[in-house]
Amino acid sequence: MSDAQTQIPVTVLTGYLGAGKTTLLNRILSENHGKRYAVIVNEFGEIGIDNDLIVESDEEIYEMNNGCVCCTVRGDLIRVVEGLMKRPGRFDAIVVETTGLADPVPVAQTFFMDDDVRTKTKLDAVVALVDAKHLPLRLKDSKEAEDQIAFADVVVLNKTDLVTPEELEKVEATIRAINPAAKIHRTQRSGVALDEVLDRGAFDLSRALESDPHFLDAHDHDHDHDHDHHHHDHDGHDHHHHHASDIHDVTVKSVSLRGGEMDPKKFFPWIEKVTQMEGPNILRLKGIIALKGDEDRYVLQGVHMILEGDHQRAWKDGEKHESRLVFIGRDLDAERLRKSFEACQAA
Amino acid sequence: MPTVAPLDLEGHCVAAVFLNDVPHFALADGVIHRLENGQKTVQANDGLLAAFHDAANDRLITGGEDGKVFAVKAGGEVSELASAGRKWVTSVTAGPQGAIAHASGKTAFVRFADGKIKEFAHPRSVEGLAFSPKGMRFGVARYNGATLHFPAAEGKPVELEWAGAHTGITFSPDGAFLVTTMQENALHGWKLADGKHMRMSGYPGKVKSLSWSVKGKWLASSGAPAAIVWPFQAKDGPMGKAPLELGTRGTTMVTCVACHPSQDVVAIGYEDGMVIAARFADAKEVLLRRPGKGAITSMMWDKEERRIVFGSAAGDCGVIDITA
Repeated sequence: MSDAQTQIPVTVLTGYLGAGKTTLLNRILSENHGKRYAVIVNEFGEIGIDNDLIVESDEEIYEMNNGCVCCTVRGDLIRVVEGLMKRPGRFDAIVVETTGLADPVPVAQTFFMDDDVRTKTKLDAVVALVDAKHLPLRLKDSKEAEDQIAFADVVVLNKTDLVTPEELEKVEATIRAINPAAKIHRTQRSGVALDEVLDRGAFDLSRALESDPHFLDAHDHDHDHDHDHHHHDHDGHDHHHHHASDIHDVTVKSVSLRGGEMDPKKFFPWIEKVTQMEGPNILRLKGIIALKGDEDRYVLQGVHMILEGDHQRAWKDGEKHESRLVFIGRDLDAERLRKSFEACQAA
Repeated sequence: MPTVAPLDLEGHCVAAVFLNDVPHFALADGVIHRLENGQKTVQANDGLLAAFHDAANDRLITGGEDGKVFAVKAGGEVSELASAGRKWVTSVTAGPQGAIAHASGKTAFVRFADGKIKEFAHPRSVEGLAFSPKGMRFGVARYNGATLHFPAAEGKPVELEWAGAHTGITFSPDGAFLVTTMQENALHGWKLADGKHMRMSGYPGKVKSLSWSVKGKWLASSGAPAAIVWPFQAKDGPMGKAPLELGTRGTTMVTCVACHPSQDVVAIGYEDGMVIAARFADAKEVLLRRPGKGAITSMMWDKEERRIVFGSAAGDCGVIDITA
C-alpha cells in the first residue's frame, strides 16, 4: 500500500522551552534551501514568519483501545497530516514541533501505527534541542527532558557559548550516557547545518544505520570536534552497556550488545518476545544483524512494541559478519538481555 | 448500461454533491466546480477540509484551513457563515431550522439561522459533529466517547462513554441510534433510549464513510473489501446479527458508500476508483464505473434517483447515469 515515491518525510523537533526550537524553525522556514516545509506547531507563538503552511494543533494523545498502555498516537497529527496531504503539492516535507513537555513517543508512533498517515508520510528523524546551560537542571526536575534525549536520532546541543568547556564536556557525556546512538551537534543560536537535522532517514531501514558511522559504537566513537573523547577502557568483552549510576538524575540507560552470526530461528522469536515483554520499557532499539547463511545485512529498529526489520544490503567483502543491537530504555536487565542475545548465536 | 460523464479535475475531491440537481465538486484547494452549461467554478475556503450536504436547505457547508465556514448554494453563491480564527475548521454539519455547527480544536460552535453563535468547549479535541434529525440536539465525537448538546436550551450535556478515540459521528434518521467511527477499525453505537452499547468491529481498515439506507433500516459502511451493511430494523439495532457484505473484492478496499434514496440499494466506491451498485435483498451487483486514478471519496444520488455524482482523491470525478 505504501508508496515510497510519494511518502512525505516528517521531522519531529523536541526540546524544552528556551532550548532554541523557534530559532531553528525560523531558519528552516526562511533559509534558502530549495525545499518547502509545512510546520505543525502547538502554538503560533513566536514564529515570526507568516506562512500558510504553519498549522496550529492541540496535542491530543490517544491511547489505542487494545489494552497496550504504550500504544499511543497523536490524534491531532493524524487529522492535520491527513488534511495537509489532501494538497500534497504545496510542500516537500513536514516538521512537527512539540511542546517542551511533550512525550516524543506518541508523535513517533503515529507514523507507524496509523495506516493513513503511514501510507502518505514517513518519519525522517527525531531531533532534540538541548540547552547546554540548563540541561542539568532540566534532568533534575523532569522525566521529559531525559525522554526527549533518549528518543532522539539527532541531538542539537545548543547555547554552548553559555557554558565553560568543562561544563560542556559534562553535558555531552550525560547525553551520551542517555543515548549513545544519537548524533550530537554542538551549536550556538541553533546554528546547525540544516542538512544535519533534515532529511536524515533515521527511520529508513536502508539508510538509518549507514548515515551514522558511530552508531552502536559509543565506546569508541569519533567526533569531528576537537575535544577530548571519553575513551572507555576496552575490556575485551564483546558487549557494552552504559549505566546511569555515574551520572545523577538519569534513569534511562542503554544496553549495547555485540555478537557473531545469529541463528534466525532463534533470533526472531527472541526479539519478538523481548519487544512484547519489555516493550513498555524500550524507548528505541536499533540493530544490524548478521544472520547465518544470509548474504545480506539485516537491519532492525523499534519504538516500544513496534518492531521493523528488513534486509538492507549485501555484506561487503572483508566486512566482519557481526551483530550489533542497542536498546535505550528504563529498567532494562542488561545481563539477561546479553545472555539471551548471545544464546541466539548460530552454532 | 450505465454511462459515465467524466470530469477530470486537479486535486483531491472532498465532496461531490447535487445542488439544485446540478453536480458540484468541492476540491481540497477550496474551488467548487459545477457542471451547469459547461464547467464553472467558485472559490470557497482557502484549503477545504470538511464538507456537509445540508439537504434541507440544498446547500453545501464547508470548513477549512482558513478557519472559515462557508455555505455554497446552487448557481455559485458562496457566503461566509463563521470564522474561527487561525485554527483549522476540521468538521462541519447542518441541522434543523437552518442551524449549522463546526469544530475547531477543542471547541464546537453552533450557528443558528439568525446568525447567533453559541460555543461549546470540551476538554479534548472535537473530532466529529452531527445533528440529531429531531429536536435541536447535536453530538460530538471525542476521545473516550460522545457528548450530546442541546444548544437551544441551557443545561448539562449528556455524556456517552466508550474507551478509545471516536472520530466521526452520525444519528440514525429516526434519532434512535448514535453511531461513531473510531481510530480503531471499528464502529461504536449507542441506543439513545437506554444507552445500550453496540460494538461493530472486525474491519480491516478505518471506517470513513457511513450511509443510512431509506428510513434508516440499514447502515452501510466502508473500511473493508466489501461494503459492510448493518441491520438497524430491530429495536436493539444490529446486536447479535451479522452484517451484509456487499460487493466483495479481493484486491481493493471500499472507500465510500451512498445508499439509494428510496430502495435497498447501495452505491459502493472503491480505492481503485471503481463504482458499483449492490442490492441488499440478493446481493446482486451492477458495475457503474470502471477503476480510475484515485480512491472514491464522495458520492450522492440525485432526487430522480437516476444519477450518481462522484469524486475521487486524484480528481477524476464525474456523473454516472444509471438509466442511459
